Amino acid sequence: MKWGVVTFPGSLDDRDMLYALRDVMEQDAQPLWHKDRDLRNVDCVVLPGGFSYGDYLRCGAMARFSPIMESVVNFARRGGLVLGVCNGFQILCEAHLLPGALTRNRSLAFICERLTVRVENVNTPFTCAAQNGELLRLPIKHGEGLYVAPRDELRRMEDRGQVLVRYVNQHGEPSDDANPNGSMNSIAGVANDRFNVFGLMPHPEHAVEPMLGGDGGLRIFRSIVQSLA
Amino acid sequence: MSEHPAALPGEPRVDLEQALAHGLSEDEFRLIERGLGRTPTFTELGVFSVMWSEHCSYKSSRRHLAMLPNQGSLVVGGPGENAGALDVGDGWLAVFKIESHNHPSFVEPYPGAATGVGGILRDIFAMGARPVASLNSLKFGSFNHPRTRYLLGGVVGGIGGYGNCVGVPTVGGEVMFDDAYNDNILVNAFCLGLARKGELQSARARGVGNPVLYVGSATGRDGIHGASLLASAEFDQSSDQKRPTVQVGDPFTEKLLIEACLEAVKTGAVAALQDMGAAGLTSSSSEMAARGKLGIELNLDRVPLREPNLTPYEMLLSESQERMLIVAEKGREAELQAVFEKWDLHAVVIGQITDDGRWRVSWRGQAVADIPVAMLADEAPVYERPFAPPVRPSARTTAVKQRPAPAEALRRLLDSPNVGSRRWVYRQYDSIVQSNTVIEPGSDAAILRIKGTRRALALAVDSNPRACAIDPYLGAIAVTLEAARNVACSGARPIGITDCLNYGNPERPEIMWQFVRGIEGIRDAAAALDTPVVSGNVSFYNETQGRAIPPTPTLAMVGLSADLANCRGQFFRHPGDLILLLRTSNPALAASEYAAMFGGEGRLETIDLQKERALIDLLVTLAEARLISSAHDVSDGGLAAAMAECCFSPAGNLGAAVRVSAAGLDSAVNLFGEGPSTVIVSAPPEAARAIEHRAEGRGLECRRVGTVLNDPILKIDTEIEVDVAELRAIYEQALPRRIQAHG
Repeated sequence: MKWGVVTFPGSLDDRDMLYALRDVMEQDAQPLWHKDRDLRNVDCVVLPGGFSYGDYLRCGAMARFSPIMESVVNFARRGGLVLGVCNGFQILCEAHLLPGALTRNRSLAFICERLTVRVENVNTPFTCAAQNGELLRLPIKHGEGLYVAPRDELRRMEDRGQVLVRYVNQHGEPSDDANPNGSMNSIAGVANDRFNVFGLMPHPEHAVEPMLGGDGGLRIFRSIVQSLA
Repeated sequence: MSEHPAALPGEPRVDLEQALAHGLSEDEFRLIERGLGRTPTFTELGVFSVMWSEHCSYKSSRRHLAMLPNQGSLVVGGPGENAGALDVGDGWLAVFKIESHNHPSFVEPYPGAATGVGGILRDIFAMGARPVASLNSLKFGSFNHPRTRYLLGGVVGGIGGYGNCVGVPTVGGEVMFDDAYNDNILVNAFCLGLARKGELQSARARGVGNPVLYVGSATGRDGIHGASLLASAEFDQSSDQKRPTVQVGDPFTEKLLIEACLEAVKTGAVAALQDMGAAGLTSSSSEMAARGKLGIELNLDRVPLREPNLTPYEMLLSESQERMLIVAEKGREAELQAVFEKWDLHAVVIGQITDDGRWRVSWRGQAVADIPVAMLADEAPVYERPFAPPVRPSARTTAVKQRPAPAEALRRLLDSPNVGSRRWVYRQYDSIVQSNTVIEPGSDAAILRIKGTRRALALAVDSNPRACAIDPYLGAIAVTLEAARNVACSGARPIGITDCLNYGNPERPEIMWQFVRGIEGIRDAAAALDTPVVSGNVSFYNETQGRAIPPTPTLAMVGLSADLANCRGQFFRHPGDLILLLRTSNPALAASEYAAMFGGEGRLETIDLQKERALIDLLVTLAEARLISSAHDVSDGGLAAAMAECCFSPAGNLGAAVRVSAAGLDSAVNLFGEGPSTVIVSAPPEAARAIEHRAEGRGLECRRVGTVLNDPILKIDTEIEVDVAELRAIYEQALPRRIQAHG
């Protein structure tokens, strides 16, 4: 399979994503440029973390209008796999490829730390290599990761299994203490209702080597590879 | 343009009074008149006032800085460039520097600290190196002072706001709170970059006729006179009025500028590159020309502006951020402009390199400045300021208060804002972007891998103003050694230093004495360790209404390990491991956190540099032989606090049972004393003999004092037996509980 990683002005984890995919996962991954429209026949588009366009308006609000996003939206509508991490998740929400929105952390501060998420639904291309209820250690680093959605929408999402990962404590249970940013239902990441678009605040690309804080992120990349095999 | 620059309509008259208002002395003004053979124009006066300011010219410090050792087998590139570079092997160079942004951060904490980070990043990528890690050293007033929380929140927010947005991890640092900084905080920012060997970019102009490109953000009115009026003068009650001299940072543009500049350097079309830092366009253009012993011609009509009607004076003195100046290879400017256009940044030819050694500036067809380059960049007066020890010794001896029992003292020390966990701070920094951070903040030193090699770099930044206040010479030695130990405890060999020298007003002999003694201390320690000082920065005038900060030389040490697998953190790892103490001499309460809290005497012990060097060597060999599981340098809070910290493993609490009492050593001094040098090492029992053997061979004391426990209990002699979870809760809450105390 082929991966494409989009660089927006202000993307920061694009190089780390390419490193994780190429050097650790040994995948065919190439950079995509925000001013281009050509997705170069990739099978999965990744929107990486960062502060696209400085995030001066609203996180992800400018990036959704960049030329490449038109192509990404069409690609997603045709069922192509799209993964958004952190700022990428925010962009996917702004582009209405995912429901809900991400707002300021309840502490109002940027938070960088490693924490635990629980895999909630393994019947998706992004989680199929994980066990149901599996706990993954992943880092977060964001100032605006508080996930919100209208109550009834949230209920429908939960019913359909669109919540793919949730922040949990050491016992594997969601709790207020273990919810780093105040997200509704301790949501760390959601898929769309067709399960071909997935956004999450934790960074799987920063959890691919035991030496650098563990390899919990490999589950997500391996799932995508497995789903397209 | 051969005519002399003339006054512009509406410009103030230039006379002595005007020169004094610009911060120049009468002698300096006369020197300028003599050098030019005429009275400078108002614009030229402004230019001289920044270029001859203490901040830009190092006029009080220059002759003393020459004492510092700056040569070594790993040093690459000559002095005078924007940062020092060391060969770290496998074709890589480490380029690093530390710089102060004290006054701007006190006046406007968020933008002040943010632009401090931005400025040091630009010094690094100006050398063609990709910035890969930042550190910072922060000094605030006490929590009893009404502005401390505001300043702490603003500075940490600014460092995070900028650093997190440019994709350079902030991997470590230090924070201290003390009354002495109530009215003058310190914000020192360090950055390290990596460049390929042979691809180091120079800031030396070359090639007569080469075009000069202005790249990055447009120029506005922010930061005018930041270098002269803000950074080179003391604070007084009017300091609030200096807020417009603080620049505003835009990290998004900085990120684009990093990528664009590194891409531009790769084309080979860049002859010279420099940040428009303090004194902006003026300093960058004149310094690049001076290094190349050439002239430069600038046309201000082409400078991209944020708002219309900036005067030449404002354009030349603006410290608007995120701007760089490039000397391009003639005929290749379009190639460079295409790179900057790709990143949506300005890239405008605003002048060219000339052969006449003059710095000539025109605007609207008129000459506005015409000054010999050397006069601006190299010929600022150098002062031999008088220095003398203070009449009254400044030892901060405090009356001995009621001393609590050891277990209670340990709890109170772990609750001190100077000992407790710094997590509240570093949690607000992205410490992992770029995927190199092997040991994250919270240990003695940060460890970064160099991708594609087995090599690793260790980074630590340290200072000890309490020791420096007692004895500025021994204190500076202690700081240098501590930074080296922190790096060595992590398994890396110290290879180079960058220093940020924060002092009061150098026009006062006792301050100048502190400064000179500080440099002598760094010189002697650096020489003993074979670690050159490859870059640095001096920050004077850190005082408010005549009250100076304690002398605060801050040192960042870079260490190198040939094999990442040899690197270690400070935390105990395996129950059953033996705990050993390595000591060069007995600790003392002088300058300790314990003395600050409970009183104590105020003399520093002498330091045996050869023994200290032996300890560093021992730590490096132990790591290379993979004999130890962890190593932790004893510092703030003394042995007992350090032992507790070793138990606070990120993987979960462990315990320790140790007997550390020593004949003839007071128990409070032993448990809570600081000063060179004690290191706590843990190791598998079967390695103990080999460790002792290596220590003995170097004439160092090595004692087996106990064992790492699976049970999270800390037992020290018969005096302390405490639950580690309880201690950790105190330690973790030390900062948050104070910060939240008043919202």
